[in-house]
Amino acid sequence: MNDVVGDALRYLNDPLVWTRPGGLLDLTGQHLLMTLAAVAGAAAVALPLGAWLGHAGRGSGLLVAISNTSRALPTLAIILLLATAGLFGNTATVIAAGVFAAPLLLAGAHDGVRSADPAARDAARGLGFTPAAVLWRVEVPLAVPLVAAGVRTAVVQVVATIPLAALAGGGGLGQVISLGMGTQRYGQVLAGGLLVAALCLLVDGVLAIGQRAATPRALRAG
Amino acid sequence: MPGNPWFDWSWVTANAEVLTLRTWQHLLLTLEAVAIAAAIAVPLALLVVRRRRLAAGIVGVAAVAYTVPSLALFAILAPVLGIGRTPVLVGLVVYALLVLLRQTLAGLQSVDPAVLDAARGVGYGPAQVTVLVRLPAALPAVVSGLRLATVSTVALTTVGVIVGYGGLGQLMFEGFRNNFHRAEISAATLACLLLAFVLDAALWATGRALTPWARRRA
Repeated sequence: MNDVVGDALRYLNDPLVWTRPGGLLDLTGQHLLMTLAAVAGAAAVALPLGAWLGHAGRGSGLLVAISNTSRALPTLAIILLLATAGLFGNTATVIAAGVFAAPLLLAGAHDGVRSADPAARDAARGLGFTPAAVLWRVEVPLAVPLVAAGVRTAVVQVVATIPLAALAGGGGLGQVISLGMGTQRYGQVLAGGLLVAALCLLVDGVLAIGQRAATPRALRAG
Repeated sequence: MPGNPWFDWSWVTANAEVLTLRTWQHLLLTLEAVAIAAAIAVPLALLVVRRRRLAAGIVGVAAVAYTVPSLALFAILAPVLGIGRTPVLVGLVVYALLVLLRQTLAGLQSVDPAVLDAARGVGYGPAQVTVLVRLPAALPAVVSGLRLATVSTVALTTVGVIVGYGGLGQLMFEGFRNNFHRAEISAATLACLLLAFVLDAALWATGRALTPWARRRA
């Protein structure tokens, strides 16, 4: 085991490993781009749908069922199935990760809008707001904290899922892991795992700051 | 080149034996992982529930550990524990443990303080309050944690293919390498979903039977 840790440190300590073309810096960039693409795609569909369902007060049961089932849908299976359709590597992984992220975002948007104070909703209606204005100017701002929390969870989970791309010939930091596994360099495997975990924590920290900034001042706790 | 259908029932009937074997492996691995995780998580949560700072620390550590990608965790454990079932089982236990611990603690901590006060007022000691009041009150949260952990474990098991023991994931990857045989991948995926659905329903029913008082409210 000491060997493995030593190998991992030696691997991470080699500047060339980081800076060469296709090195760790390139792979990290790819990793983040794939994450961004997956979450943005999922958000474009899931956030409006979730907000609308929450506004209409419909589909809660359906949402729970979808988000529970989607957890059982192995991301690996989606990636492999897409690969058989000729979509290899990165594209397949982005789609699969998007499918994986969408329920989280959907639930965040739905719960956020749903949990808006009914009194605030009533007051807005009493002031003569149209239903669209109620949704847009009252419910959506009130939903921001829960939506932001959903986005944060989704992004972190996607960063941790993207490594599966390597099993279908994709890029990102998963390559380090799967290459290390294939060549029995377990130090490299450990290094790859540590890098992905570190990236997750970093992204989570940045998003925590973003989450705070996005929350309307009046809703901030502490 | 022969057709490559998305789903082919004849593949299922022709390969029923291996499909059953893999499903069975998948099921046993999932149940074992969740059972071990529960056996650790629930007592641990009961122990630390009254020490808020310690509980917050444990949840924090669990959240950090959860970000380690499954692919890497299995791969890291393999050289230590050997290729095969053990690293997958240990990895699955770790992930299930995190989910269960967080849910159980949240459930135990969200018990109505008035109820706890009342229990203390009737003369319950700290241990009795924890076991006789907090635990039953947290049961719905524990059950929902078990459901979450079980369903995620079913999906996660497939990644075990990287160290050679992925249950139904084995079939998926085999289909992928075997000239992209879609029918094999789809059949394994559907079996996976079905397995998760059945286990989820069973846990839901068990939870309902165990918490008769929660039914009236819903």
